[in-house]
Amino acid sequence: MADYLPHTSEEVVDMLDFLGLSTLDDLFAHVPAALRLSQGLDMAPGLSEPDVADIFAEYTSANEATLANLVCFAGAGAYDHEVPAVVKMLGSRSEFVTAYTPYQPEVAQGILQAIFEYQTMISRLSGLPIANASLYDGATALVEAVNMAAGSTGRSKLVISAGVHPHWRETVRTFAQGTGHELVIAPLVNGITDWSAVDASDAAAIVATYPNYLGFLEDLSVPKSLATQNDALFIACGDPVAAGVLKTAGQWGADIYVGEGQPFGTALSFGGPYLGLFACTEAQIRRLPGRLVGETVDTEGRRAFVTTLRAREQDIRREKATSNVCTNQTLMAVTAAIQLSYLGTHGLREVATRCAQGARYAYDQIVALDGVSAVSDQPFFREFAVITSQPADLVLERLVADGFLGGLSANSLAGTKDGSLADPTHTLLISVTEKRTKAEIDSYAAALAKAVK
Amino acid sequence: MTMRAQPGGRASSAPLLGNGTEPTIFEMSVAGRSAYQLRTTHIPAKTLEELVPSAHLNPDVVPLAEVSERDLVAHFTRLSHRQFAVDLGAYPLGSCTMKYNPKFCDSVAADPGLNSVHPGAPAALTQGWLRLMVDLEEKLCEVTGMAAATLQPSAGAAGELTGLLLMRAYHEARGDVRKRVIIPDSAHGTNPASVTLGGYEVTTIPSDERGLVDLDALKKVLGPDVAGIMLTNPNTVGLFEEEITEIAAAVHEVGGLLYYDGANLNAILGVVRPGDMGFDIVHMNLHKTFATPHGGGGPGAGPVAVAARLAEYLPGPKATKLADGTYDWVQPENSIGRVHGWHGNAMVLARALAYIDVHGGDGLTRVAQHAVLNANWLRHRLRHVLPAAYDRPCMHECVLTASAFKQQHSVKALDLAKRLMEKGFHAPTVYFPLIVDEALMFEPTETESLQTLEAMAQALEEIAVEAAETPDLVRNAPTATPVSRVDEARAARQLIPTEDAAQR
Repeated sequence: MADYLPHTSEEVVDMLDFLGLSTLDDLFAHVPAALRLSQGLDMAPGLSEPDVADIFAEYTSANEATLANLVCFAGAGAYDHEVPAVVKMLGSRSEFVTAYTPYQPEVAQGILQAIFEYQTMISRLSGLPIANASLYDGATALVEAVNMAAGSTGRSKLVISAGVHPHWRETVRTFAQGTGHELVIAPLVNGITDWSAVDASDAAAIVATYPNYLGFLEDLSVPKSLATQNDALFIACGDPVAAGVLKTAGQWGADIYVGEGQPFGTALSFGGPYLGLFACTEAQIRRLPGRLVGETVDTEGRRAFVTTLRAREQDIRREKATSNVCTNQTLMAVTAAIQLSYLGTHGLREVATRCAQGARYAYDQIVALDGVSAVSDQPFFREFAVITSQPADLVLERLVADGFLGGLSANSLAGTKDGSLADPTHTLLISVTEKRTKAEIDSYAAALAKAVK
Repeated sequence: MTMRAQPGGRASSAPLLGNGTEPTIFEMSVAGRSAYQLRTTHIPAKTLEELVPSAHLNPDVVPLAEVSERDLVAHFTRLSHRQFAVDLGAYPLGSCTMKYNPKFCDSVAADPGLNSVHPGAPAALTQGWLRLMVDLEEKLCEVTGMAAATLQPSAGAAGELTGLLLMRAYHEARGDVRKRVIIPDSAHGTNPASVTLGGYEVTTIPSDERGLVDLDALKKVLGPDVAGIMLTNPNTVGLFEEEITEIAAAVHEVGGLLYYDGANLNAILGVVRPGDMGFDIVHMNLHKTFATPHGGGGPGAGPVAVAARLAEYLPGPKATKLADGTYDWVQPENSIGRVHGWHGNAMVLARALAYIDVHGGDGLTRVAQHAVLNANWLRHRLRHVLPAAYDRPCMHECVLTASAFKQQHSVKALDLAKRLMEKGFHAPTVYFPLIVDEALMFEPTETESLQTLEAMAQALEEIAVEAAETPDLVRNAPTATPVSRVDEARAARQLIPTEDAAQR
């Protein structure tokens, strides 16, 4: 019998006695007897922590794709960045980890101020004045963005680049079953979006991404003018590591920025919890999803922080709320603020530059190989896509033997029915972060040369 | 009754080193100072201009803070000292299940064998993760009495909307166009917000004088255009819906489905199951019931479990055990599609499974028993200070009313809650549910000791005396906290959401 309950059996008796009851079962006397479980749950009895640790060792040992086992060249929205010890430790402080939503600002200034600092950082990186306190992840942040655009324009058509991560597009499609939004996908040609192929009239939003999921940089002035011509909102999705180095979403004229914040201090974590980044113009603030922290003063005139513009939110507006978001990813937002402060102005720039340097170095080695060719000659930033002579899944399997998670097959993300790629089964997405050394890239290229034969 | 130790366990309301203000990280910044260190890579150091066409580059440098590692640590450590948390003391925030978060579960999640795995890695290389997810799904289904589950939703609200989309898919597959979802007036705000996003209209029904669903009122609004009903049981006033079988029968009779909001699942673990009550769709808040830490507002996880006839619509791909004993991702036949960028909040899922395994079936039942014991003890202990809104046995939380304080002393529920924080406890939930006047909702949870509950009760008794004798002390509380009451109206009127807005 292992658990975390404090009462001794004598105390339980005393407490029941205080209530005029004799057994714990009596507490449930008003629950209809016919519904109650007579034998309890059909589940093994409790185990001690060391016993459960043994069970978990079986899970962990069955995961071959750990960073300790395989050098990671996989990206596509989840990146193997360095998370320094200081960020891990500060982000694990139990005052941050075990707090609830800051409903009582007098005893939640720590979280509130950290979020305020986070909002400032995301606002600057996106080039937009308003950033919220976080959403679940990039994909669901995009869902909130298209809902904002639909609410703002009173329209339901969404024109989305096929360069937007396939999982994000699929997530938007799922939630459109409830909102009734119509999706129009602008195809990729030569690795970048062909906006001329779509009818954007009556669109609520034009959704572009930089870099796109194949890694290529697109000229966002094209979707921006499409949005302007059709009175639609312009939503720019973007890699946050590249965000301050490349033109910001705001500089491209975006109304809304959406990003996946995992690269800011969160481990790969098998996909979650990650961090949905969301920023927008002041014009959209009344439709902002989720929480927003603002600066104010207390009764003594001291600076204080508090969640604000609460009238947008579900607990007050109920069925008329702009979003149903309540719990978000605050701990990841706090961690991002810590990581970005660790890196600072020059560190983030250096990380972004090193990613681009590594990606270019890897690209030059890899496209020179027999059996590998570039998907496109478009510029890229920190990841790129190549066509392999053997199926990409087979290539990845062979690379494992040489100690590499050699990227992701486009097929595994988009499936063969996506249509945005000529040959997804032979398309390999390769990502390089600041962690990858020249020696690792050289060995990887040598292993890839064998694997594509 | 006998108290076997001194009452105790109050946190200090003041920050560790006084109540001075903390500068923002930007105010601490000095140009040229830095903390970062990067790996030596030996990769040719080309400039950004050589790597990226200039049309794509930002001509400006985006400023972040420039601080030393030492200042970084000091700043965020000081911020942590300005923050209440479960690890500091009792957090009886009703409806939020702020129980103790076992450290073991965090240590499990910190294992690189779980947290250094890329979510896009092939299934053959992530068999441990897929097995973990299948095992968790099976256990969550046993707890709820359902047939299958998705682990993708990131939070309770995401689970609700997923459940409503499942409801929609189920009806549409039958060529059945339905328009309305019924919600009691005591429901959480996420319920009606999710209904709208699910493409349905909300029909609100009143609670009766017992605080329960009014069965007659429900029957009056039922019809063939009703897609379903969303219920929390025990409901948001902490009471068990005793007529749930009759409610389920009435909704099913018109072809509707029953959605179970799992916010209060902690009360019934191993005692009674949503599936056995007649529910078709259930979401769970793993960050409540299964003790994964709330992180200051997230992350959570909101898995959704369903009855067998809805399994084909679940989000995919789903981790699945194949006939040969290996695991793979499988798309349910008529899946509504993804509701998350990858596989859900995986690290939260791992923590929850560790918590379930430590407790086992017997331990989970004890969790519910002790949660209900603590709530009833506190309700009864406080009966002469703060009466219950509904004078009947409660489940895991109790809703008390401060309406007498408001009438007699012009001291409101909010004032009492604020003063309690000064006495070393977090505030209860106030003004929810909306149907109770001057509501104070206490959820002590099963992990608080009798001595802590007694200390909290004594603190509330002290506050009751203060409300009569020195009401301004209560009305102006707290003053010993890092900040006193904040000007919320000014925050909204003169919006300053970033440091840059502050300086304009």
